Amino acid sequence: MISVQAQDFDVAAEYAALRSEAGSPGAIVTFTGLVREIYAPEKSEPTRESAQEKVTALFLEHYPGMTEAALEAILLEAGRRWLIQAGRIIHRIGELLPTEQIVFVGIASAHRGDAFAAAEYIMDYLKTQAPFWKKQYSSSDSVWIESRDSDHDAAARWQNANKSPKVKA
Amino acid sequence: MSRLKICYFASIREQLGLAAEMLDLPHDVNDVAALVDFLANRNDGAPWALLQDSGSVLVAVDQAVADRTASLKGVQEVAFFPPMTGG
Repeated sequence: MISVQAQDFDVAAEYAALRSEAGSPGAIVTFTGLVREIYAPEKSEPTRESAQEKVTALFLEHYPGMTEAALEAILLEAGRRWLIQAGRIIHRIGELLPTEQIVFVGIASAHRGDAFAAAEYIMDYLKTQAPFWKKQYSSSDSVWIESRDSDHDAAARWQNANKSPKVKA
Repeated sequence: MSRLKICYFASIREQLGLAAEMLDLPHDVNDVAALVDFLANRNDGAPWALLQDSGSVLVAVDQAVADRTASLKGVQEVAFFPPMTGG
């Protein structure tokens, strides 16, 4: 199941729901993404003051309709690659403050390998394939966060791999 | 003549000062590349010419990511946006 919502989510409740939906899973992996207080752009020079500026808020824009379809497609593809008993993606939209939760991915599976790999795959694809855009506000300005090469590399490494390239069996 | 909804998101929306519009598609605008050229010329260049940079502007046709050669035949909605930054 996927949700795109303004309101916060309760990780414990989501975990319990996954556990119940899966029946008798051997492993549940959950990932929660949070708003960082200090955002350091990948390509910025370390001496640049703004690189260390404190974030006052983050604004998440999205493409209603396409966002939900993209998240469904990512979860479906994860289910084709790994044995998943239950899967959950929640992505928040609108204005978020530092330390707030942004995104949740939960996967229940018979084994931890499938659960870890599917959760990581979903996060990697979600960052580059789902139509969300982050605008970061600081006390002095606001900037649209640019997509990172490292995020695209992370998504690309799954193209020819059914198993996580980083995790040994 | 078919009627098309065009959506603009994030930094593209801000630069153009427009979130969405309805357009009566001219007969000779058959694909995304032709639509981009039409929009850039219609509005006399900047800032609309930014849509012509296929490296920094992505396109979705009927809510699925597409490339500039995608046909507009029977299409209801086209969107332009920068690379996605969710998660």
